[in-house]
Amino acid sequence: MDISKEFRERGRVDILLRQIRQEATEKYIFMEVCGGHTTAIHSYGIPGLLPGSINLISGPGCPVCVTSESFLDHAIALSAMPGILVATFGDLLRVPGGGTSLEKEKAAGASIIVVYSINEALDLAAKNKDKMVVFLAIGFETTAPGTAAGVLDAGKRGLANFFILSAHKIMPPAMRAVVEGGTNVNGFICPGHVSAITGSGIYGFLPDDFGIGCVISGFEPVDILQSVLMLIRQVNRKDPGVEVQYTRAVRPEGNPKAMNIMKQVFKVSDQWWRGFGTIPGSGLQLKPEYEKSDAGKVFPAPPQRQPVESLCMCGSILRGTHTPADCPLFGTGCTPADPAGACMVSAEGACHAFHKYTMSL
Amino acid sequence: MPEISTHILMGHGSGGEMMRNLIEELFLPHFGQPFPGGTADSAVLPVSSLLPVFTTDSYVVDPVLFPGGNIGTIAICGTVNDLAVTGANARFISAGFIIEEGLPLATLREIVVTMAEEADKAGVKIVTGDTKVVEKGKADKLFINTTGIGYMEERHFHIHRAGNAGPGDLIIINGYIGDHSIAVLSARESLMLTTPAISDCSSLGGMIGEVLDNSDGIHWMRDVTRGGLASVACELAASKDYGVKLLEPFIPVRDPVRSACEMLGYDPLYLANEGKVIMVVAREEADKVLGIMKNHPLGTRAAIIGELTGLHPGTVVLQTAIGGSRILQPLAGEQLPRIC
Repeated sequence: MDISKEFRERGRVDILLRQIRQEATEKYIFMEVCGGHTTAIHSYGIPGLLPGSINLISGPGCPVCVTSESFLDHAIALSAMPGILVATFGDLLRVPGGGTSLEKEKAAGASIIVVYSINEALDLAAKNKDKMVVFLAIGFETTAPGTAAGVLDAGKRGLANFFILSAHKIMPPAMRAVVEGGTNVNGFICPGHVSAITGSGIYGFLPDDFGIGCVISGFEPVDILQSVLMLIRQVNRKDPGVEVQYTRAVRPEGNPKAMNIMKQVFKVSDQWWRGFGTIPGSGLQLKPEYEKSDAGKVFPAPPQRQPVESLCMCGSILRGTHTPADCPLFGTGCTPADPAGACMVSAEGACHAFHKYTMSL
Repeated sequence: MPEISTHILMGHGSGGEMMRNLIEELFLPHFGQPFPGGTADSAVLPVSSLLPVFTTDSYVVDPVLFPGGNIGTIAICGTVNDLAVTGANARFISAGFIIEEGLPLATLREIVVTMAEEADKAGVKIVTGDTKVVEKGKADKLFINTTGIGYMEERHFHIHRAGNAGPGDLIIINGYIGDHSIAVLSARESLMLTTPAISDCSSLGGMIGEVLDNSDGIHWMRDVTRGGLASVACELAASKDYGVKLLEPFIPVRDPVRSACEMLGYDPLYLANEGKVIMVVAREEADKVLGIMKNHPLGTRAAIIGELTGLHPGTVVLQTAIGGSRILQPLAGEQLPRIC
């Protein structure tokens, strides 16, 4: 059986859509907090298939979008320092900040190399012993264990010239911030890959403290529609809880091995999120025993800039209080080719997905 | 005659004896004597009563060798295809080489041999050329520019301007999309694909010629290269009084390409190809054209993948596999650099 085909099959989709239409008797606002879901929802054209009473909105689930300008400033400053190679995932390249971007600096000659995994960055360090390689570590619980394993691997391989600059974040505090900031969301489509690492327990506070239901979803159309149906039923029953739709990947206890390696290497810290400001306990920084690999500690950050005034509404869009179409820059002053805000840059960003898949439909 | 060294040296671009040796020992034996003879700096070409069509393209693919072809193959195919989709029959090609000092001569030989074979297959003659060598680090191994001349019957003049295209026309592609990009990428990044992707690079002149000889229903053609199917469809719809509707379930994508895309976050609709053409065809001619393509080795997986519609002028809409709709925008920025 080809799982991806089964979960994209038109017949199954039609059955779910019929069921959703039948049971959707109220107004529903469901927020997805994973960029993978944002992309899947819009690339399959799911909003147009749902009844008008169901509104799917995007939250702070795209790691590129929530990355701070000061992190980018730091990365750009590093790339200009002699003897340093900055290794980054490609989707950070075009995020604008301070009138420039990693892409523009790269074109101007800065030492920036695009990698597909931390392992490539480790290999770069092994091959370039005369250089210091700094890996830009971004992402949620999904990618943090990989970074942790990379840091441990650097130690084992004796790569004293390997560093990470961490903007790693964890998801539950941001979901709490969305809710505490005031929201009319009545259900969360919870991230599948984060949950495969953490397990389902991390979302318990949402139904318990706020009465908001959660369904951990897979990424295929059938997954997402089934999750929507499960959330509708939770709302209709007035019985919010945490359910797992993505049972083929997510176990309630998660992946203890990945969690352990993450806990071994990282400590929880406060972290700045675009759209939210500093969220207590929402970031991951290297523990003191790994600080020799911490580019944030070894290479001091440049002085803080005054933030530039902009009409960009990324912040409100990431909080779910506005949609991309509400932004005065959307589609004119901000496009994927010339982005003004981070949400337009990443393929997983809400503005990018809206612009790419639904504009003018 | 002195043996030429195992690697390209600066002297091979000097204009002196080393260069002459390179030309006489490598280029001329494979490309043949410049038409109609001699080694002058220019080729003298025959006149024709048909419309001359002229095109040029530069090739910078990294790496220069990849599964299914090399920079030389696409330097021929790409230029032949640019002429073919205009409705012309490609005849003559020039080839300019910018070589980085230190390129193994065996690599250059392999590329030159395949270029000659591809030109032969495509029925074009390489009639003039140029060789420059730059210091190590000033170019990346090898860049090639080819310029092509072909001849077109006047009755095909409308094709490149989409003069006869309109709502109701069907859109046909000659096979799987994305193979070239993933093949190049896998050669570049050592991706571990369980089923390796092989570039689709091929000269489409023969297949397109058969179609044009047998049908007057071809209203527009474009080779689907950089920017992929989505960008070509956007070009077709741009500032027209019709839109383009594509049907995702009918667009041929191989499973390994789809998997690689999902792993890397690429959309197959934006991947470059080097042997794909889309044709806008009068609805009543579509079955015949599809049949001709399917009977040709380069079109066995040809499919009708969409239509022109009056519903959303200027816009490309994709009907997704689950029945939803989304628009397709031209590629913003670069999805994969140096793919051709």
